[in-house]
Amino acid sequence: MAPTVRPTVAQPLSPHLQIYRWTWTMAMSVFHRITGTALYGGSALVAIWLVALASGPGAYGTVSWFFGSIVGRLVLFVYTWILMHHMLGGLRHFIWDLGYGFDRAQRMGLARATLIGSVILTVLIWALALTLR
Amino acid sequence: MAQFNLPKNSQITEGKTWPRPQGANNLQEFRIYRWNPDDGKNPRVDVYQVDRDDCGPMVLDALLWIKSKVDSTLVFRRSCREGICGSCAMNIEGQNALACTMGIDECQEHAKGKKTGAVRIYPLPHMPVLKDLVPDLTNFFAQHASIEPWLQTETPAPEGEWKQTPEDRAQLDGLYECILCACCTTSCPSYWWNGDRFLGPAALLQAYRWLIDSRDENTGERLDALHDPFRLYRCHTIMNCANTCPKSLNPAKAIAEIKKMMIAREV
Repeated sequence: MAPTVRPTVAQPLSPHLQIYRWTWTMAMSVFHRITGTALYGGSALVAIWLVALASGPGAYGTVSWFFGSIVGRLVLFVYTWILMHHMLGGLRHFIWDLGYGFDRAQRMGLARATLIGSVILTVLIWALALTLR
Repeated sequence: MAQFNLPKNSQITEGKTWPRPQGANNLQEFRIYRWNPDDGKNPRVDVYQVDRDDCGPMVLDALLWIKSKVDSTLVFRRSCREGICGSCAMNIEGQNALACTMGIDECQEHAKGKKTGAVRIYPLPHMPVLKDLVPDLTNFFAQHASIEPWLQTETPAPEGEWKQTPEDRAQLDGLYECILCACCTTSCPSYWWNGDRFLGPAALLQAYRWLIDSRDENTGERLDALHDPFRLYRCHTIMNCANTCPKSLNPAKAIAEIKKMMIAREV
């Protein structure tokens, strides 16, 4: 085979993200990365709460007030969803790492289940939390 | 850090709209990526109208129709026109496919709901372009060579052929059919961002084809060569490879099997 003759001008890079059609597995992979990064912020919320708890009634009161406010609850609600989504994403990867769930229907089903399951779990957790308190 | 935008010289500009064929009443629009190394301009997307009544059913038929009847400067690779040579791999309506086995009607299903109803064709994604729809696959083939895709043995060669049981032979089904068209590798976002170090789905499927071959006696060294945070473990099971393979193979599963072999030999 003759060697490839390269043009002397800079070769362009063909388009990728700009043109590729999204699939469920691709989207859920991106979601898993984003939620994983967001969990750093979530862990900070837990740390703030624990530090306030150790610091005394004044600090704890302030933090409790914020987490109990509308904005605070909204933040916690989103944090719950992110946590659930990342957890289910982890389980999905665990199943794939065991060598199962690779057929087309299975892999698409697993990807969809991550999103649907995370929403259901988040709503359930909050329904329980709000009714039991 | 991955660069999500196209570099300046790669950004796509509006191209030429080629004249409609005379007297045709069953037209299909094609929007095709063009880049000419000789004119110093950025890539562009040209618009063509293909007379479906005068053209075969496949996307490759349309490309050949354009090349012979409208614009002889359009450049693409093709050879066997039956899905076995892997030359005409390209991005058709957002998914990598072989132009020769992808029907125009099949693309139309994907194009429906969009304003133009055009079939959009680009080169394989995130590759250096040589001209129009022809990507530079040098790195892709070098990576295939790096997994040493041949039988490696210690024991003296038998007088006849190397034998294996039908069961052992069946292990190669779904692997040996790979035609190295690069559809899977260039569909993989992980390969887009780390293609210099990650081997990509095609090379890894080929690697597994030799790992699982009962006649090959170099399994340990083959696994050693893959034991690397990038070469193998940049696979994040995004599954674009399995979704796009025109031969319906499953590189993602082959990669998962390699990962399992890695763990199995350590316990």
